[in-house]
Amino acid sequence: MTDSLPTGERRQLAPPLVERGALGWMRRNLFSSWVNGIITVVLVVFVGSILSSFLEWAVFTANITAETGSECHGQGACWALIIEKYRLIFFGTFPYEQQWRPLVASITLLAMLVLTSDRRMWNWRLLVIWTVGSFITFLMMFGQIHLPISLFLAIALLVGGIGMSLRKAIADTGEMNAYRFLAAIGLIGLALRIAGVLPAWSLDIEPLSYVETGLWGGIPVTLILASYGLVFAFPYGILLALGRRSDLPLIRALCVGFIELIRGVPLISLLIMASVMLPLFLPSGVTFDKFLRAQVAIILFAGAYIAEVIRGGLQSLPKGQYEAAEALGFNYVQKTALIILPQALRVVIPPLINTFLGFFKDTSLVLIIGIFDFLNTANQALVDPNWAGFPAEIYMFAALIYFIFCYSVSRYSKHLEVELNRGTRR
Amino acid sequence: MRKVMMVATAGIAAVVLGTAGTAYAGKELDAIKARGQLLCGVGTGTAGFHLANTQGKWVGLNVDVCRAVSAAIFGDADKVKYVPLTSQQRFTALQSGEVDMLSNNTTWTLTRDTALGFDFTGVTYYDGQGFMVPKKLGVKNAKELNGATVCVAPGTTTELNLADYFRANKMTFKPVVIEKVDEIRSAFFSGRCDVYTTDASSLAATRAANVPAPLTIEDFVILPEIISKEPLGPVVRHGDSQFADIVRWALFAMVEAEEYGITSKNVDEMLKSDNPTIKRILGTTPGMGKALGVADNWVYQIIKQVGNYGESFDRNVGPGSPLKIERGQNALWTKGGLQYAPPIR
Repeated sequence: MTDSLPTGERRQLAPPLVERGALGWMRRNLFSSWVNGIITVVLVVFVGSILSSFLEWAVFTANITAETGSECHGQGACWALIIEKYRLIFFGTFPYEQQWRPLVASITLLAMLVLTSDRRMWNWRLLVIWTVGSFITFLMMFGQIHLPISLFLAIALLVGGIGMSLRKAIADTGEMNAYRFLAAIGLIGLALRIAGVLPAWSLDIEPLSYVETGLWGGIPVTLILASYGLVFAFPYGILLALGRRSDLPLIRALCVGFIELIRGVPLISLLIMASVMLPLFLPSGVTFDKFLRAQVAIILFAGAYIAEVIRGGLQSLPKGQYEAAEALGFNYVQKTALIILPQALRVVIPPLINTFLGFFKDTSLVLIIGIFDFLNTANQALVDPNWAGFPAEIYMFAALIYFIFCYSVSRYSKHLEVELNRGTRR
Repeated sequence: MRKVMMVATAGIAAVVLGTAGTAYAGKELDAIKARGQLLCGVGTGTAGFHLANTQGKWVGLNVDVCRAVSAAIFGDADKVKYVPLTSQQRFTALQSGEVDMLSNNTTWTLTRDTALGFDFTGVTYYDGQGFMVPKKLGVKNAKELNGATVCVAPGTTTELNLADYFRANKMTFKPVVIEKVDEIRSAFFSGRCDVYTTDASSLAATRAANVPAPLTIEDFVILPEIISKEPLGPVVRHGDSQFADIVRWALFAMVEAEEYGITSKNVDEMLKSDNPTIKRILGTTPGMGKALGVADNWVYQIIKQVGNYGESFDRNVGPGSPLKIERGQNALWTKGGLQYAPPIR
């Protein structure tokens, strides 16, 4: 018989058609038993009908050319409303002809955030990025910037003070003397300024017309409140977390009290406190900018939450790390800044990003005190009587923008987690 | 650590000292003039009354009152900084000096006028709570609403007025309490409740703009009963009667101008009028502005830049706007309404 193939040359037959490729995948995953088959069919029909009616509304019968809202009624989605109102939604009541300024400011802020997310920038470059970026952002938003002499003196004092404690016994004498010199200039200057000896000089940069915070609105407000809220809340939260683990009973009690107090009240009550109650406590005639008050309230609130996240990181470190640092002769500041925090912060990145995302969305609560953040300017587009009656379009658009921001941050955090845990992964 | 804390505290204190602004104390009007800007508290967005339009500019009936006051003081209606305030914030903002005046649909009541330390200077808009029903119910007046399902917003005087009215008339109702305006509207239009109750102006606005497609304005009626008084007007705080007078008379001047047929279109010709009343109003016979402490052509500036009350009403909430609210109680007293200005003389 010549039919049989020689031994060792048996032909490898391809698996049957229904077990390979897309068909095979569907059979394995969607139709593996008749119950699963029925569920699949029902779900496909269900999702399909929802999707098709959504597409019918959002795409096929949508109106993008209407001049007023009345032309839109009775049809699908009225995207013409978004086209008409997008500048109001993005930039709020900022003077219309000058709205390139908040655009530049928003792009700068985004660029800052993107650059900050690159780990290669996590050193002195961060300071440069944020100083230059903040300067551009606020120059665009305000149009004019006045830097009072007390600000320069405070910075000198801060840099000197931090340098002195952080580089003690590490830096050479020249560097230490420079820090001492800076701190001394700052301290003496501030004392003289408060005593009134030093005149109220300030560096004035005035290339554009001044636009006060009351006119700001939309995306830049949301971005400023969220990013600066977190940038300031982060070091503040670190201090609170360290204070909560401090050996000094007074500091510990203060930090615990603050954290528990802030965590015990909702953000809305804190915002209302800042905008409604605070002016009543201040002496008559003294007012703070409403925007600044909201920003401070957000910083305090975020600080308390970040403190608790960071405390989790601090507690996860083995005691040996603390002892090793002490054995090397590090003082408290050096031990904390150079040994403990770098390890503790790495551990808490996922919960930290989670907190960040929460706060990005929570900033929309400022609408309760009449600040026009992105969601509130979207609301403004709704009340125009010429375009009344299309809340779904507006809110869907707002949700899309929020989603773009939040989803990119969450993807980034995933990437960061993988990258930072490369050393400990098995 | 402690050193760092101290250093940080000193730094923060310095920054705070640098940025804390000091507002003017003393006479409001002097402060406003020195500032060169009127701080006017408006609401955070109500169609026709105060809202930021597509260009981000504040427009509306209440906004026009701010503009009129600015025109009277500065001769320029645009020297206003609008401070959007929510209903929780508005009174504190006025008390603490964050704004000079409110023009944001605040209802004039005794306690607000006295205990809060405010003065209401007039009525921009006479509002009141009404009922809207679908025409197919065949209801002609509110007395026929016994047993009806009523859509109402929670925690407002609207809800209390509703309960009072039905109890007083020995009727029952089933409340459907919904917080968001958009949701109340869709509940009403989808037939979840028979009646929608809120201020009549808002009912008219809803009917004009929010009726879903197959239905039309004709399918809904607003019942004639108005069950509450909601006189909405500008507010100033106690302390500067001269400023209060200017706010009061800026609104009166708009009403007075309508009564004498002075509009933003014809105001320049009216300057040549021989009518002694018009000459006094427009300042061609001097004296009125001086008595008020502003320029003699103050009414001219208001009418030229803002318009008279009728023009503003028409443009923002009346037939010239999508809201199409009838003048009703807000017509001039000569036409059967309540808008009545004391004579300018």
